[in-house]
Amino acid sequence: MANISSFKVIGINKEIEDRLRERVRALFDKGVISYFIGYRGGTLPWLPRPFIAKRPNEADLLVWNSFLALNLANYAPQALREYLSGKDGDNGAKIGIVATGCWSRNIELLIKENQIDRDQFYIIGISSRGMLSRNALFSMFKDNGYPEEIIEYDHDIEFIFSDKSIKKVNRWELVRANCKSCAVPDPVIYDEMIGSLQGKRSISEPFNEIAFIEEMDADGRWQWFKTAFKDCIRCYACRNACPLCYCPTCFVDDSRPQWLGKSIEPEDTLMFHLLRAFHCAGRCTDCGSCEAVCPKGIPMRLLTKKLIKDANELFDNLDLGVYSPNDPDF
Amino acid sequence: MNSMDTPKKLIQLSKEDLLSAINGLKDVSYTVSPNFNDNAPGPGDNIIKRFMFPQPEPLLFLEREGKDMVHRPYCVISKSSLNPDDDTSHHTISDTVAETIILGIRPCDARSLWLNRLACEEDNLFSRRVDGLIIFGLLCNKGLSTCFCEDVGGGHQDVRGMDVAMIDDGDGELRLWAVSKKGLYILNRLGIYEDDIIDGLMEGATDNSHEKVGDCSLLDELMSKDMLTLYNAPFWQDIKDSCLNCGACTFLCPTCYCFDIQDEAYGKVGRRIRYWDSCMFPLFTLHASGHNPRGEKIYRVRNRFMHKFKYFIERFSHISCVGCGRCIIHCPVNIDVREVIGLMRAVS
Repeated sequence: MANISSFKVIGINKEIEDRLRERVRALFDKGVISYFIGYRGGTLPWLPRPFIAKRPNEADLLVWNSFLALNLANYAPQALREYLSGKDGDNGAKIGIVATGCWSRNIELLIKENQIDRDQFYIIGISSRGMLSRNALFSMFKDNGYPEEIIEYDHDIEFIFSDKSIKKVNRWELVRANCKSCAVPDPVIYDEMIGSLQGKRSISEPFNEIAFIEEMDADGRWQWFKTAFKDCIRCYACRNACPLCYCPTCFVDDSRPQWLGKSIEPEDTLMFHLLRAFHCAGRCTDCGSCEAVCPKGIPMRLLTKKLIKDANELFDNLDLGVYSPNDPDF
Repeated sequence: MNSMDTPKKLIQLSKEDLLSAINGLKDVSYTVSPNFNDNAPGPGDNIIKRFMFPQPEPLLFLEREGKDMVHRPYCVISKSSLNPDDDTSHHTISDTVAETIILGIRPCDARSLWLNRLACEEDNLFSRRVDGLIIFGLLCNKGLSTCFCEDVGGGHQDVRGMDVAMIDDGDGELRLWAVSKKGLYILNRLGIYEDDIIDGLMEGATDNSHEKVGDCSLLDELMSKDMLTLYNAPFWQDIKDSCLNCGACTFLCPTCYCFDIQDEAYGKVGRRIRYWDSCMFPLFTLHASGHNPRGEKIYRVRNRFMHKFKYFIERFSHISCVGCGRCIIHCPVNIDVREVIGLMRAVS
């Protein structure tokens, strides 16, 4: 009824994908890792599936392309809890994970916040060229339905539809805004790298996305919020996709006491989104997972973007979003 | 039951004429699905779910008067006083059947209406609300790659759950016919129905049509599976590894009807509301004692599929899924219900 979809990568990403499979298989074979958190092909070409490989031959399922919108650091604490903790001594084997710039910053953050132990992870770093936005894809191909096959080249992507029509798009047109404004595409922490490092990117206007909201007065902002967030169904995909959200009981799910209303009225939606954003203040790496997974296309990332800017201004441009492991203050 | 006999006579009508006729009806409100306008393939926005299960749905309003608590039919003061333009339906309890036309929903969504009736018919508020709904369904010319209604016993041309069926051939003209008594009634009221067309009424396509159909090989196959073998199948582990446990699938699903009830108080007034809940959330099954029978993610993600493809079947002899594919499109991690069905099927 549902088959693995057709996705072909050619060029840079293909080289990375081949190398990744080779390295993960070798790490399994050498006993360095017992599990590996990565992406595999799924039933829709534009939606690869995060998974935990448990056997060496599952390394061949791993994929690498521009559609990996969810931050894999999200899976690290759970994988540790479910697969490594409490096991018979664990013979020193680790959980492997692949990490781009922002994913690695979140892994580093999880280590600093004592959610995971550095020694229990083996990190394969890959410098990110920017991931694509699913919602941008949907709106670009509104009249074509969903692509049934994707071929990714270094700079162009071909989408093939059910009527066999082909649309070729420059990938940068679909790259997410958070990736476009990302200064640190290289992993900040890794055990080995695949591919080369890009170095720090210089971004002239990292916060221009939120300028239009900053210009508004309080009434204007409330009107903007009500319009932009009106479709929120409180499914909490944004929260659950966020690697910062690891609390055993979220304030949203707490019933004794109950911190906020459960309805989708604007006041309750506002409370949820603002509290969620403030929980991420000074910690958010702008990985964009929240926005990427939202089934309603709500721009909640703009709230955390504003907080990144505020944190930078309040703390003398310390570049909190960089998350260097060598930072003595971090 | 995927095909239908073509009615002998159909009414041919432009979209504008149908809309203006509906617009002229007194005491009948209507909502137009985006699919009606552009006939874009696929299920589109899930507008019928908001009619079946509005949220927050007020169940009770109370106000303190001296030492007494007094029932009110409306909310005296609301936190939404911040928004005077807010939808007032959240602040009143309706006890009448309001006739509402839903125009242009797809066969999958129409079918969700009678599937949900099976589980919710004893819920007076639900029944009263859906009794007032008049469904003008729009049959599908083609589906999306994520559509699988035929695999779960529906079809692109399935008229169950509809009152009036419509076909859009893309030239702005609609062909439509009544498939229920309610459909006949509304077409008469619209003045676009002629008596002789009753001959063309589809055989068996009445309000009770669902009792005869809905069989598919998948239903029989799942019915015959041993419940505990399915429950203990090893594949849930892999699904759980990927699942984020968000509620996107359940909240987009037209056949997910679970809710929670909450009492809210503001000063001297309070309200009891009903709102959507999801079996993906830990709070869903949390007991007052603190014990949670579905305390781990694997139990929750398993429940969603076991409910739709086993428990509901055991209870109501129907699959609780209409194959709209919204959960496939919007799942952040590509948990594909078609694949899960395949895994459940393969269990021996």
